[in-house]
Amino acid sequence: MANFAKPSVPQFSVDVYQNAYLPDGGRDVDAVVTVTATGGGTSGATGFTAGGPAGVVIVVDCSGSMNYPPAKMEGARAATAAAVDTLRDGTSFAVVAGTHVATPVYPGDGRLAVAGPRTRAEAKQALARLTPDGGTAIGTWLRLADALLGGEDLAIRHAVLLTDGRNEHESPEALRAALDACAGRFTCDARGVGTDWEVKEVTGIASALLGSADIVADPAGLAADFTAMMENVMGKGVADVALRLWTPVGAELVFVKQVAPAVADLTGRRADTGPRAGDYPTGSWGDESRDYHVRVRVPANTVGQEMLAARVSLILPDPAGGEARPVSQGLIRAVWTHDVAMATAINPQVAHYTGQAELADAIQQGLDARKSGDRDGATAKLGRAVQLAAASGNADTAKLLSKVVDVVDAAAGTVRLKAKVAEADEMTLETRSTKTVRVKR
Amino acid sequence: MSQKPQPPSHGLTACPNPECGEPVDPRDRYCGACGHDLSATVEQPAGQDRPTMPIAAPVWPEAPPREPGSLSTMTQHPGELPGTDSGGHALPAAPVRTDGPAAPPAGPVAAPAGEPAGGPAAGPAGGAAAPPSGETVRGGGDFELAAPDPRAAVRVDPAGGPTADPGGDAAAGDVPPGDVPEGVCVACRAGRVDGDGYCENCGHAQPRERDHMEREFPTVAAVSDRGLRHHRNEDSFSIREAVLPGGRPAAVAVVCDGVSSAHRPDEASAAAARTAGRVLGEALPRGTHPQQAMHEAIVAAAEAVTALARTGGDDTAPDSLHGGNSPACTIVGSVVADGLLVVGWVGDSRAYWVPDDRTAPAARLTEDDSWAAQMVKAGLMNEAQAYADERAHAITGWLGADAYELEPHTAAFKPDRPGVVVVCTDGLWNYAEAAETMARVLPADAALRPLPAARALVGHALDGGGHDNITVALLPFVPPPAGAGSS
Repeated sequence: MANFAKPSVPQFSVDVYQNAYLPDGGRDVDAVVTVTATGGGTSGATGFTAGGPAGVVIVVDCSGSMNYPPAKMEGARAATAAAVDTLRDGTSFAVVAGTHVATPVYPGDGRLAVAGPRTRAEAKQALARLTPDGGTAIGTWLRLADALLGGEDLAIRHAVLLTDGRNEHESPEALRAALDACAGRFTCDARGVGTDWEVKEVTGIASALLGSADIVADPAGLAADFTAMMENVMGKGVADVALRLWTPVGAELVFVKQVAPAVADLTGRRADTGPRAGDYPTGSWGDESRDYHVRVRVPANTVGQEMLAARVSLILPDPAGGEARPVSQGLIRAVWTHDVAMATAINPQVAHYTGQAELADAIQQGLDARKSGDRDGATAKLGRAVQLAAASGNADTAKLLSKVVDVVDAAAGTVRLKAKVAEADEMTLETRSTKTVRVKR
Repeated sequence: MSQKPQPPSHGLTACPNPECGEPVDPRDRYCGACGHDLSATVEQPAGQDRPTMPIAAPVWPEAPPREPGSLSTMTQHPGELPGTDSGGHALPAAPVRTDGPAAPPAGPVAAPAGEPAGGPAAGPAGGAAAPPSGETVRGGGDFELAAPDPRAAVRVDPAGGPTADPGGDAAAGDVPPGDVPEGVCVACRAGRVDGDGYCENCGHAQPRERDHMEREFPTVAAVSDRGLRHHRNEDSFSIREAVLPGGRPAAVAVVCDGVSSAHRPDEASAAAARTAGRVLGEALPRGTHPQQAMHEAIVAAAEAVTALARTGGDDTAPDSLHGGNSPACTIVGSVVADGLLVVGWVGDSRAYWVPDDRTAPAARLTEDDSWAAQMVKAGLMNEAQAYADERAHAITGWLGADAYELEPHTAAFKPDRPGVVVVCTDGLWNYAEAAETMARVLPADAALRPLPAARALVGHALDGGGHDNITVALLPFVPPPAGAGSS
């Protein structure tokens, strides 16, 4: 049994927000589950996590296009150097150059280096070997990162992937297969630099590998972004945390979504674990809090009955290799009432995140409509997005939207499509459409 | 004890027992030779099988006529309720001392024709057979109830010292769970029950201790039930027997109804009932006047509920419906002691008086702290209008941290005949609102077998739909036997 008193292992707490009351015959139970981890890597700052050190692989796109403009390659080198500088001593790391093949640049012997003054200096010297020449086959990059990270006993396994173009030199199926092979083995933050990359490819990688996706339109901003990403990774205290959901006989999980800090649908990621229970991966955790929206469809019941619709628990892996264990749990209940006011009330957290999920969908659909030339559809959807962003206080998204549409009346959702939209602005909006804000409490 | 009440005069000079004929003093209650009850020997006029109340006779409150279509009887203020002692005298303005009847009973001298006179100490059954007929009384019908100001209560000299409470307490929460098969779900009978009280297979909540509770003493019984439409029982009760200084018994019942729109209503009602029952159980043996004790008990219960707001509690559904609402509940309590019937309440839980002789009028003893009652009282609406409003059942008084002002209502009565006090939550009275309805649904033998009668009342509410939690406590009342306090 692990020692939970270790300061670097986060303590998890689970809070359930729901209106448990259903009308006679009601079946759908909605709940927002807030998972908060405290006392993890960032506050401990000891440099080592529960089961050993962290390992990080930095994958830099070295396709020919990185030379147009040359600032992209320069920015990538500077960003990688900054990331290496941010690594805590003792962290295992490697740098990979990605083209139509993946090439280990440092340390280059198929292993990971251990961060220290000497290895950092060597790594930065090696960055000169990052030269733009070749194609783009991201699946091969991910498989090499997996091989490097899988060769060591690491508590946290993470990759940072930078690309500037489309995945042109392998089939979408090959990338899909690589993502499936890597899912659950390491986490990955994905970044697109410039505006020649495919938003759905980058967000798809981050989503599959439980990391973040973002755009760095100006290569000069790469160093700051890489530093922030690396600090985030260094703050992780525990990896492979899963959300376990138990549901009773006859109940069905309609969806399980992460809704904060960003929307990510986990419904299809279920791994059955024993009778009526399944685990949903959440990746690695530092000191942070995330919200999940769960909808359970339970068998209809009569007024006055009460049942447990779902039991939510956090599952942590045992560093000693034993069975994963639940560390904290919350209950989602269903209570049938004849009181219409109680049964129809919507929990504010549930309402808020339902709105945030709709916001993300509206942006996606609006931009898709705009690309396909459907101006009316785009106007309607983006207008709805403006309205939702304003109502929920999602100021960042509202600002991004205002670069794509002229807002006439935010409260009513009346907008006009801008005649000219900078490509970077549209890609930024699309990439960040899933970012949510939390309920003002 | 020390105080000997003035015995009544029956006007006899010789024992009417044909086989005795011993000379008796007009103030004697019993024949010194054969023990014949002299007070029960005055013949009724022939053919009169029901007592006719003379103008000045004791009048137990009549249930006012119902307005057509009305849901409620007219509300009465405690001070307006006519009430007299067993002799038809006005109740003293100052509360009655409990170490001996302060108001000397005039002594009913009537007995139904042909009814053999029972001993004065006969139980409720014997008493029930003897509806009193008023003798001519002094003071007439102009009377008032003991002022419900408990501060005026007279403290009794606890000469006898506090007596141990042999009856003990029966707080509702003490009830052990029923005979559910250990650890197996009652809904699907397949899964085991987890530590949170849900089935590991079908998820159904398991019956809880509070879903159905019963307690019984010889002189008081109570039943509480979850009902059919609520997922948990937010009512609670506490009943007990106590012993007054001097050894006379007292019966205590407290019933509370948690306010569903607040946080943790079940905890609020449990805390209030437990606290009020304990305070009464402690105060009565010390000789505190029951009305004063009732006032103190309600204040203490209010403090207990208020204190809940300061503790966290574990509400697994912190939904917006209860946005910051402090735990709250209603309370109604009754003490039957020494010929006195005391009620106290806050909120819309009620106490009813049902005479054993069902031909005598029943009465509601409490006045709801409810929106409808306030409207009617203020003369802003008639009953039909007030109770037709959706706000009718909103309560205007409750125990809890967010109560505007705690106004415990208490009232004392001296019924002149045996009967049963029905102490209940709206889960029952919604199905027997008028006093005469309550009298009709209360089993005839309620005074003798209070627990089965309480079950029958709960059954009545369940048959009616059981839309709310149902809690009822029954306290049989026996008027003090003639001559009580003298022996």
